[in-house]
Amino acid sequence: MSPRAATHLVAGLLLLAYPLVASPFFVFQIGAYSLILGTIALSLMILAGYGGMVSLAQMMVAGVAGYLVAILGTNESGLLGFGWPWWLYVPVAVLIASVVASLIGLLAVRSAGIYMIMITLAVATAFFYFARQNYAVLNGFNGFHGVVPPHAFGIAWRRPIPFYYLCLAVAAAFYAAALYGERSTFGLALQAVRDNPRRMRALGFNVPALRVFAFFLAGVIAATAGVLLVWFNSQISPGTISVAAAIDTLVIAVVGGIRRPAGPYFGALLFAVLQNFAIDLIDPERFNTVIGIVFLAVVLLSPDGLLGLFARLRNAVPTRSFAEPEPARPAGAVPQRSRI
Amino acid sequence: MLTKRRTVMAAALAAACLAQPARAEDVIKMGGLATLEGAFTVLGQDGLRGMKLALQEVNYTVAGKKIVVTYGSSDATPDSAVKAARKLVEQDGDQILIGPLSGSEGIAIKDYAKTQPNVTFLNGSSAAQDTTLYSPAPNFFRFSTDGVQWMAGLGEYVYKVKGYHTVATVAEDYSFPYSQVEGFMLPFCKLGGHVTAKFWVPIGNKDYSSVIAALPDDVDAVYVALGGADAINFLTQYQQSGGKAHLIGGSITVDQTVLGSKGTIRNAVIGTPAAGPTADTWDDPRWKAFTAEYRKAFPDGFPVPSLFAHAYYVNTKAALLALAKVNGDLSDGGKKYREVLSTLSFDTPTGPVKLDHNRNGIADIFVTEVTEGKGGVLLNKVIKVVDNVNQTLGEPEAEFLKIGHPSRDNPSCK
Repeated sequence: MSPRAATHLVAGLLLLAYPLVASPFFVFQIGAYSLILGTIALSLMILAGYGGMVSLAQMMVAGVAGYLVAILGTNESGLLGFGWPWWLYVPVAVLIASVVASLIGLLAVRSAGIYMIMITLAVATAFFYFARQNYAVLNGFNGFHGVVPPHAFGIAWRRPIPFYYLCLAVAAAFYAAALYGERSTFGLALQAVRDNPRRMRALGFNVPALRVFAFFLAGVIAATAGVLLVWFNSQISPGTISVAAAIDTLVIAVVGGIRRPAGPYFGALLFAVLQNFAIDLIDPERFNTVIGIVFLAVVLLSPDGLLGLFARLRNAVPTRSFAEPEPARPAGAVPQRSRI
Repeated sequence: MLTKRRTVMAAALAAACLAQPARAEDVIKMGGLATLEGAFTVLGQDGLRGMKLALQEVNYTVAGKKIVVTYGSSDATPDSAVKAARKLVEQDGDQILIGPLSGSEGIAIKDYAKTQPNVTFLNGSSAAQDTTLYSPAPNFFRFSTDGVQWMAGLGEYVYKVKGYHTVATVAEDYSFPYSQVEGFMLPFCKLGGHVTAKFWVPIGNKDYSSVIAALPDDVDAVYVALGGADAINFLTQYQQSGGKAHLIGGSITVDQTVLGSKGTIRNAVIGTPAAGPTADTWDDPRWKAFTAEYRKAFPDGFPVPSLFAHAYYVNTKAALLALAKVNGDLSDGGKKYREVLSTLSFDTPTGPVKLDHNRNGIADIFVTEVTEGKGGVLLNKVIKVVDNVNQTLGEPEAEFLKIGHPSRDNPSCK
């Protein structure tokens, strides 16, 4: 067994055993929440790390799926709520949100770097304000409440432990897909586009189409996580998809490590822990400063995020070397790795 | 390397809070939830001052038991409030929760309360009518009153004394201002008044030019239910664009931040009537004592406690009085404690308060008017105290429920 497979096996076993030792609060609000946030950030990592495209609209895609779940399924806000069964509204919500992601991609892929960030941020912000002021369909500031996961296969998925395993299954599936995709022909083409789009064009590849398809795939991931997110909160309102939330997604991916799929999950875990417990470490009026300082410290000490930090600690005891993907040059916002 | 390791350790330390909270017999755990982030941060800080004041009065001890307080922060969105409450209740093990601050948060916390039947929830200052009037939670108590009640007496005063018969409204677009507008309109419309146009703006709006341009000219007054920076921005821009209509204020519109501001707003707000659960200049000894106590405890606070400090104070006070009555015994999941709470009545800095069958407060409300005091200082003069305002404004409940949920379009009297 390769060391890499061993690491994955151990991590998988730990994640499976986690609910046995943790309290329901830790299973749900830290465990499940980190997995959901991590999956949304994973969709950004795929775009940024493999495709060199930083999109701030991933939270919005998740939000679109969440809103669709509230509208197509059931909610207690007394607006819409078509009452579709879960096996219908989940795929429809994911599909529509992924199409929305592709449309954002169509709009954004001909730009790059800071301009792509601006375009995707603009789209996300516009949707946030639209959701806040649209009362006919999206119920404005209050959004929808009472959106709960279904009873299916005789399991109440709202309970912390089943919900955690549901999130874990979804996260594991997408994580594995990302690892597989990295070595697939499409994944390799995408990384080649990232490194040298001109040469790829010259070789006859349709560069915009590859990029839009990447937006679609990342959209599927973000949308599925969005369904879990609305179930997690049992409600959705414009606050869920605010500009701050969109930036949080980028922070999570960068702090965790934007080059490999495991990074976003580490970032999300740190984020969830800090969000819940920073207030206990310091005066309640200053806790956001602690969160900011920790993130700043991580990025300052290791431009590769937490993953890079782990790698450096490990490299103190040199063991092996495996081919790391070429460092991406996604955008100005992503810190460049210094060559050591 | 050392610094790196320290960062990792700090993160690990935060994660290591896995241990279950110790539930010693002689400790009572209380949570305080307020908006310490976002647009209402300053208000949330003042809310917690009120809570701390009530706790300091009993020296954080009831019936020989120490009260341990943990705090949570939200940003006025329902999801952040539920997330913070979940942490306080499920992780910190708080048996009593005081909060939240903002209207729509209150509705979400009430729903959450239903899933935690052994925890007792007392409102902070959230004042949406829906929180207690429709499908209330049996363990959610609101000794502070709601946004409809806060308007008691204002519609009548404006129609009869000020002689305003047609009014346009400008308010923020969420549950609390809906309640405020309803509370103003119900008596006003009944007397024959007309509200010809309503404008709803998002919280934190900066540019009111489109609203100001659309305001009708043929109204006697403009009713403004905006809070904090929103009120200042609107009033300034209204002045600058030459607006001449009289103003009527919501409960948090003409507060200290507006009254203390310089420039032309000053002249415009003189004579503005408003109503709310507190009045800065009430000369009642109970209110004066409360103000003095607040100033002494928090020299860096406001000159006068805001209605947020007052609401958190009143609710915390209720929690402590009931705790003393049950001798600090919450061992039955707080069942007896909640029975005591629901029949509790006591004297607050603004007069007596008791609860109705939905566990919503019945208390006195103040109608005020901005006047120029000594040395040109603007202050809210008390015009009238409306006694014992209940949630249905004195109407029979069945009649009142027919009006339906307050919203953008409900009620209406064009």
